[in-house]
Amino acid sequence: MSEEKKFRWVGTRPIRPDGIDKVTGRANYGADFALPDMLWGKVLRSPHAHARIQSIDLKRAKALAGVHAVMTAEDLPDLFAEAAKSNGGHDSSNDLAHNVMARGRVLYHGHAIAAVAATSSAIASQALELIDVEYEPLPHVLDIASAIASDATLIHEDRVTQGVEGIEGFEGAEPSNIANRVQLGHGDPAEGFDLADEVIEREFTTRPIHQGYIEPHACLAQTTPDGRVTLWSSSQGHFMVRDYTAKLLDIDLSLVKVIPAEIGGGFGGKTTVYLEPLAVVLSRKSGRSVKMVMSREEVFRASGPTLGTRIKLKLGATREGVFTGGEATLHYEGGAFGGSSVMAGCMTIFAPYAFPHVRSTGYDVMVNKPKGAAYRAPGAPMAAFALETVIDEMAERLEIDPVDLRLRNAAKEGTLASFGPRYRRVGCVETLEALRDHPHYSAPLGPHQGRGIAVGFWFNAGLQSSAGVNLNPDGTVTVLSGNPDIGGSRASLALMTAEEFGIEYERVEVVIADTQSIGFTDVTGGSRVTFATGMAVIEAAADVRRQLCERAAAVWEVDAERVVWEDGEARLKGESDRAPLTLAELAQNAGRTGGPISGRAALTARGVGMAFGAHICDVEVDPETGRVEVIRYTAVQDAGRAIHPSYVEGQMQGGAVQGIGWALNEEYVFDSDGKLENPGFLDYRIPVASDVPMIDTVIVEVPNPKHPYGVRGVGEVPIVAPIPAVVNAVYAATGVRFRDLPLSPPKVLVGLDGKSAA
Amino acid sequence: MKRHITATIDGEAREFLCDEDQTLLDALRDVLFKTGTKEGCGTGDCGACSVTVDGRLVCACLVLAAEVEGARVETVEGIAQEGELHPLQRRFLEQAALQCGICTPGFLVAAKSLLEKNPDPSEKEVRFWLAGNLCRCTGYDKIIRSVLDAAADLRGESG
Repeated sequence: MSEEKKFRWVGTRPIRPDGIDKVTGRANYGADFALPDMLWGKVLRSPHAHARIQSIDLKRAKALAGVHAVMTAEDLPDLFAEAAKSNGGHDSSNDLAHNVMARGRVLYHGHAIAAVAATSSAIASQALELIDVEYEPLPHVLDIASAIASDATLIHEDRVTQGVEGIEGFEGAEPSNIANRVQLGHGDPAEGFDLADEVIEREFTTRPIHQGYIEPHACLAQTTPDGRVTLWSSSQGHFMVRDYTAKLLDIDLSLVKVIPAEIGGGFGGKTTVYLEPLAVVLSRKSGRSVKMVMSREEVFRASGPTLGTRIKLKLGATREGVFTGGEATLHYEGGAFGGSSVMAGCMTIFAPYAFPHVRSTGYDVMVNKPKGAAYRAPGAPMAAFALETVIDEMAERLEIDPVDLRLRNAAKEGTLASFGPRYRRVGCVETLEALRDHPHYSAPLGPHQGRGIAVGFWFNAGLQSSAGVNLNPDGTVTVLSGNPDIGGSRASLALMTAEEFGIEYERVEVVIADTQSIGFTDVTGGSRVTFATGMAVIEAAADVRRQLCERAAAVWEVDAERVVWEDGEARLKGESDRAPLTLAELAQNAGRTGGPISGRAALTARGVGMAFGAHICDVEVDPETGRVEVIRYTAVQDAGRAIHPSYVEGQMQGGAVQGIGWALNEEYVFDSDGKLENPGFLDYRIPVASDVPMIDTVIVEVPNPKHPYGVRGVGEVPIVAPIPAVVNAVYAATGVRFRDLPLSPPKVLVGLDGKSAA
Repeated sequence: MKRHITATIDGEAREFLCDEDQTLLDALRDVLFKTGTKEGCGTGDCGACSVTVDGRLVCACLVLAAEVEGARVETVEGIAQEGELHPLQRRFLEQAALQCGICTPGFLVAAKSLLEKNPDPSEKEVRFWLAGNLCRCTGYDKIIRSVLDAAADLRGESG
């Protein structure tokens, strides 16, 4: 065991630096910016799931008083068609370009086909109604079964399946609606099932759902005649907005400045662009700045969703409860362009446990639905739904406690993970033990109540981060980060900075710098900011500390090696009579000792700490109505090290409730024409305060050996376990195993009726 | 035709012009540049635009600007008095009851309205009162605790 590090700030719960602005209404989100010459941009969207665009007539719209610009795909450069053609129809930039504005065909209900900019939002809406579009409706495919049928309508006639070289059944690689196939694992599952005393095989389905962030996508674009672009935009990464916008419009990156707005939730859904390239084109055409804000209906129809899945899973175990084999086939809808999270589904599905023989095969299926986007631990919750409910069934069959069965197989240091590597130090066992020892696990239950548990796993991401640390003459510190603060990362970065310098937390200010003021930084996603950008901040602070020691050495006229930094001051080793120099003193005199002091770091973060969570859910099922109520919930998670425990708990609680919504209520409902019937919060029902209980949390800390403070990412794991925890609890309460989400009251009633009829 | 409106907004006498069909939300945000009140849906389903009109809690997206003639409108921007945070605001900060913060203005306005009517609500009463305000980040736990603690503060029951 490594020596326990003592912290002064890490692990405390101070108020976040941006808190005051966010409780007083001063914080500026994507839609809160305005410029004096500003126009309002709006998008015309397809009423069809699949259609050829015969003609678009803009004359009447252009003639409307107050309209300053109208655009279609003709106004975007067609830059990537050749690249796609030479790659079997696949090019992600080509897909992005065709998603922001349809070219030739519309591929889903809600697909953008034209946009206008006018002096008011009302006039812009009116202008949209004056755009005359002729469509030739085409047959559409809406679900996995019809998309992969041999006679299916092709969404992209030129697109061949990737990842199938040499695979039986795919020879010839004819175009199909399967964009990609992946396979991974080790050993031979058939051999594993031969070794088993019990084998269970089941099939699971889930529906498209939306991230449901409360802030709609929004941006404001300003352009100059010499080609410069300024964008105010709410996103999970302003460098992402810069890079995608510049790429689609063929602009030098240096000419595009993206100023990050506060972001009103993303959960993965704001890791791409929809409006920004259109706002820039409209601004260029009109010579005015252009603001665009999606309506909630547009958010549902045209942004984000994580789509439907179908998973077949087989698990084998010995009588003693040792897993001998696992095999899964995963079909994930990727929307009209493919690009589903099926790879991550395949990688995570067996990840929490040791298997001698394991294989997962995934298919990325194109359907006439919106282009899918990441949603918190993309691909993993559906996979966990399958595995963790089959494990529950296996535990019952083997008459082994479900926690014990998991503990007997739990991944630990050295376990060969089903997705390739051997685990370093991970906290799967510790997390399960903490769950087992929690009073919730053994608390009594009432009639119609049941308890379920499940484990969740997520890799977490490292990626690229830059950080700057500037020492101010008064001894305060300004930290520059390139990551939008989506849930308190200013606080965690400030805590780590205060810890590094040994100064008061309140003396650190964290600024989210624009794309021209800080080095490149990847998106706020993958649970990476406190881990990776934190690492950059720690490194930049170390750079400053080294300079401070050098300045102190110069003042004292000694070698820098003799100076150490302790408790916020420079001290001369072995000489107690020499008064230490504080950060404030050194900062004040910086001009006389060599100039301003600042540190920088830019890195690709290595040593990501993989993370596990385990949840306990109690439900009560109303036998009359089929309504499932979550009555008690506990989330346990290995955070590695919780920098600001309140925000770690917040991630756990928020992820748990999102998962509860996914399990019980949320689904996109399409009619047979492929039109989304519930594009609003009234009919797409996310959990409200009266739907859920308090969410108890237990933070387990098994430090990540590769991070200076032991940090693992915490943001995504919490949404992985809830679905199976809820579904297992419903089984415990009703005796019915549900394998199709969501467990809405009508579906539960049908299940209960089926049981009583049997 | 624009309408001329006179109203008291966050304690200040204001005059503004609005379109006949303009919502109070759009007038607050786009005419008066009071962007503290947020739009999450525009259909009264999310509560991000919660304000009070003459003390009544409403979604500003469901009220016409022209309807507030002569009325008293309170938004999140008027909750802190003379730089002093309201106990609700303090508790939200201390307990990390916000992550992204976009729903926070609506929650604060709605919770303040609850505590003015019911100074000692149960957890269940808080949850049902706030059921019209959507939060996608927090799972509501820390919001509910903050409201209950702020209620105790206002009753003078906490130290």
